[in-house]
Amino acid sequence: MPLILVGGLIFGFGLAYSHMARPEVVLDFLQFDDLGLPFVMFGAAIVSGIAFAIMPRIRDSAPLTGDVYRRRLKSFDRNVLIGGGIFGVGWGLSGICPGAAYASLGIGNVAILWALVGMFAGAYLQGVWRSKRAAADSGPASAD
Amino acid sequence: MIEIALFAELAAPGQVVPAEPFPNGISRYAIGGLLVGLGAVVIYLGTGIAAGASTFLESTLSYVSDQSRFKQYRGSRDWRVVFTLGIILGAAVYAVFWQGGTWTTDVQPWRLLLGGVLVGIGTRVGKGCTSGHGVCGVGSASKTSIVGVITFLTVAIVTAQIVQAMGVSP
Repeated sequence: MPLILVGGLIFGFGLAYSHMARPEVVLDFLQFDDLGLPFVMFGAAIVSGIAFAIMPRIRDSAPLTGDVYRRRLKSFDRNVLIGGGIFGVGWGLSGICPGAAYASLGIGNVAILWALVGMFAGAYLQGVWRSKRAAADSGPASAD
Repeated sequence: MIEIALFAELAAPGQVVPAEPFPNGISRYAIGGLLVGLGAVVIYLGTGIAAGASTFLESTLSYVSDQSRFKQYRGSRDWRVVFTLGIILGAAVYAVFWQGGTWTTDVQPWRLLLGGVLVGIGTRVGKGCTSGHGVCGVGSASKTSIVGVITFLTVAIVTAQIVQAMGVSP
C-alpha cells in the first residue's frame, strides 16, 4: 500500500506538471491549438513499456504480491470500439479523463466535481445495465 | 526563421497544423509524461499490477452497490482508493510548490457533467481509459489498446472540433 501511494503521488504530480489536469489544455490539443498532449501519453507509454518489456525477463514475480510480471493485454471485441467511441465523445466534450480528473481535484479545481459525479454516474449506469444483462443471459437456463 | 515562416504559411489553410504547434514548449508535456510513466512503473515493479485510473470508478461503487457487475472489483478496491488518493496528493504537491495556489477551470459545468457521464460509461465498456489503454496498454504493445486509443482519440478530436465550431467556449 505505501508503494501504491508513492506510485500514485508521482503519477498525479506528473499529470499536474504536464497540465493534463486542466481541461482547457486537453481541449487545446483536441482543437489543434497546442500539440503537446501526445508527449505526455506516449512519453508515459515509453517509460512503462520499458518496464513491461524488461521485468518479465529479469524476475518471475513481483516482490510485494507474488504476481507474475505480465504485459497489460486485454481481449479485443466490439466493446473496445463502442466504449472507446463513447469515451471519445465525453473526452472531447469535457476535456477530462479519469486520472486527470483526480489530479484536477488535487490542484484545487473544485469545478471538476461535476465531471467526477458524472463519471461515477456513468460507471454506475453501465454497471446496472451489464449486471441485468448478465443475469438475463444466465438466468433461468442455468438455474441448476 | 525562414522554415518557421514557411511552416506557418503552409499550415494556415484549414489549421490542421497550428501556426505555432507548441505555444507552451514541449518540456512540460515530456517531463510530465515521463513522471506519469514512472509512477506506473513504481507500482508495476513492486506489485506486477498495470494500473489504470478508470477501474477506480467501478471498484469504489462496489463499496455501496450490490450490482453483480461491481463484485469482481472488491479484491482491488482498497488499493485503488490509495492509488487515487496518491494522484490527488501528488497533484496537490504540484499546486502548492509549483503552481502557487489553486486553479479552477472555466469549462462550463454542463460540459463537465455530461462529458463525465460519457467518460464513465465509455471507459468501463471500452476496457480502459487514457492511463489503462493509453499508457499501460500501449506500453505493452497491446493491439486492443492501440485500437482503443486510436478510437477514442479520433472521436474526441472530431467531438471537440464540432463543439468549438458550434461556438461553445470554453
